[in-house]
Amino acid sequence: MKRLTTAGVHLFLILASVVSLFPFVWMLIGMTNSSSDILKGRFSIGSKLMDNVHKLMEMTNLGAASWNSAVIAIIGTFGTLLLSSMAGYGFEIYQSKGKSRLFGLLMLSMMMPFAAVMIPLFRMFSDMGLLNTPTAVVMPTITTAFMIFFFLQNTKSFPRELLQAGRVDGLTEWQLFTRIYMPTMKPTYAAAAIITFMNYWNSFLWPLIALQTQEKKTLPLVVSSLASSYNPDYGIIMVAIVITTLPSILIFFLLQKQFVQGMLGSVK
Amino acid sequence: MERKWNKSTLMGWQFVALPSALIIIFSFYPMLQSLLLSFQSGKGTVYHYVGLDNYVRLFSDPMFKQAVLNTLLYLIIQVPIMLMLGLVIAHLLNNPKLRFKGFYRTAIFLPCVTSLVSYAVLFKSIFAVDGILNQMLLSLHLIHEPIAWLMDPIWARVVIITAITWRWTGYNMIFYLSAMQNIDPSIYEAASIDGASKTRQFFNITVPMLKPIILFTAIISTNGTLQLFDEVVNLTKGGPGNATMTISQYIYNLSFVYTPNFGYAATVSYAIVIMVAVLALLQLKVGGEKR
Repeated sequence: MKRLTTAGVHLFLILASVVSLFPFVWMLIGMTNSSSDILKGRFSIGSKLMDNVHKLMEMTNLGAASWNSAVIAIIGTFGTLLLSSMAGYGFEIYQSKGKSRLFGLLMLSMMMPFAAVMIPLFRMFSDMGLLNTPTAVVMPTITTAFMIFFFLQNTKSFPRELLQAGRVDGLTEWQLFTRIYMPTMKPTYAAAAIITFMNYWNSFLWPLIALQTQEKKTLPLVVSSLASSYNPDYGIIMVAIVITTLPSILIFFLLQKQFVQGMLGSVK
Repeated sequence: MERKWNKSTLMGWQFVALPSALIIIFSFYPMLQSLLLSFQSGKGTVYHYVGLDNYVRLFSDPMFKQAVLNTLLYLIIQVPIMLMLGLVIAHLLNNPKLRFKGFYRTAIFLPCVTSLVSYAVLFKSIFAVDGILNQMLLSLHLIHEPIAWLMDPIWARVVIITAITWRWTGYNMIFYLSAMQNIDPSIYEAASIDGASKTRQFFNITVPMLKPIILFTAIISTNGTLQLFDEVVNLTKGGPGNATMTISQYIYNLSFVYTPNFGYAATVSYAIVIMVAVLALLQLKVGGEKR
């Protein structure tokens, strides 16, 4: 009986794993096939990989799109990390009534649907003449309540004696933050960096609104516009999807522990 | 001492001021703008106040009703399926004696690394009429003729629900798994000695202990589903007809696809605001009652 249950459990988990992994295998195989083969469900490695890559290079400005995605994700991640950790640190270390009220208010923004702010944001950036720039994409989420909360929760386990020791050594409050807090909290920063990078790298709706010309588009926008054309070429699309997904998969396998920690956020 | 404390409290503001200001500028201020805009109408840059006209229009707008209905349908069907599936898988993987659990966990979690656009497009190719899924189902004799997944209103919704479940089950599983690891194993040992089966242990120990985290995942999933956009746009474009269109997509269309009507779009967006708030309160009330 017990053996049977174990076999059943494995069967179920194998099925779940196969379903989970199938689209990844499908995209890797699809990359080597022509569009019509993909749509006919051909499930074997073909010989069209180079064709697809060449066509993708011809049809889209892949270099520019990758560059745009990278610039947005990297600048966004650095900005978010700095600003959110400052706030999380400030709210936790220098507690006061006013600050905790402000913190409570900021947390409300987590419940604000993006659809409700996107039109005013669009008009705001349009008025500032910043539409179609990476700045417009990065700015609205450069500090989020979620990330502030993440740093605040992790700061709770930060050893405060270190700050006292630093003060005795004559460090200013800013130096305490940059020279003591930041190096001590490296694992927290790593987890936050991964999750923020992924959010920027994969974001779609706001870049779709904020970026208008072809040469400013990011990778997800390129994938989406290739797929929504009248006669989409899936061979090309698969290559674009693989390129879009690759950085995330690499980060995941290289930094699995921090990755999962970042996903879990401040929930313990 | 007192003075020093005050000084240190004041110093904290230099850390929180700028980030807080940014959230106010990019979240609270637009929320307010949106509210004001929802009472206005116009085109281009000229807008004037029209009172409650937009809200009146909302209640007689068939497209809005359809979008709300679709969104709620995804919510009611997809979120419970996904959370239960995540919970069951986490429970199975939490068994310390289970072999290959590292592999299973990684495999089931992996969909979380894909971008929403990419996986939506991948699913679109898998669910093509002559595509791989139909081929497989045909060869297994589960169906007699190919199903036009994305051309049929019902099947298209099934595909979207399947796709979202594929992407997010592992994400929720990870939350449950980490919470389960914090449950003291001696509780299970005691239950085993008392003769409680694994299934009973799951329902009588694991689920109650995980209640706060289940509530948390329910709230974030609800929030996410109410804002659903990327998947639907890239899988079905809201079609066939408007059978799969979500509220967010309708707002996008009203603002940037049809003749722009920011005022009415803002009104529709406040429907999501209200739904998010009401559902979160409801879940907190239901989920928090026993605490």
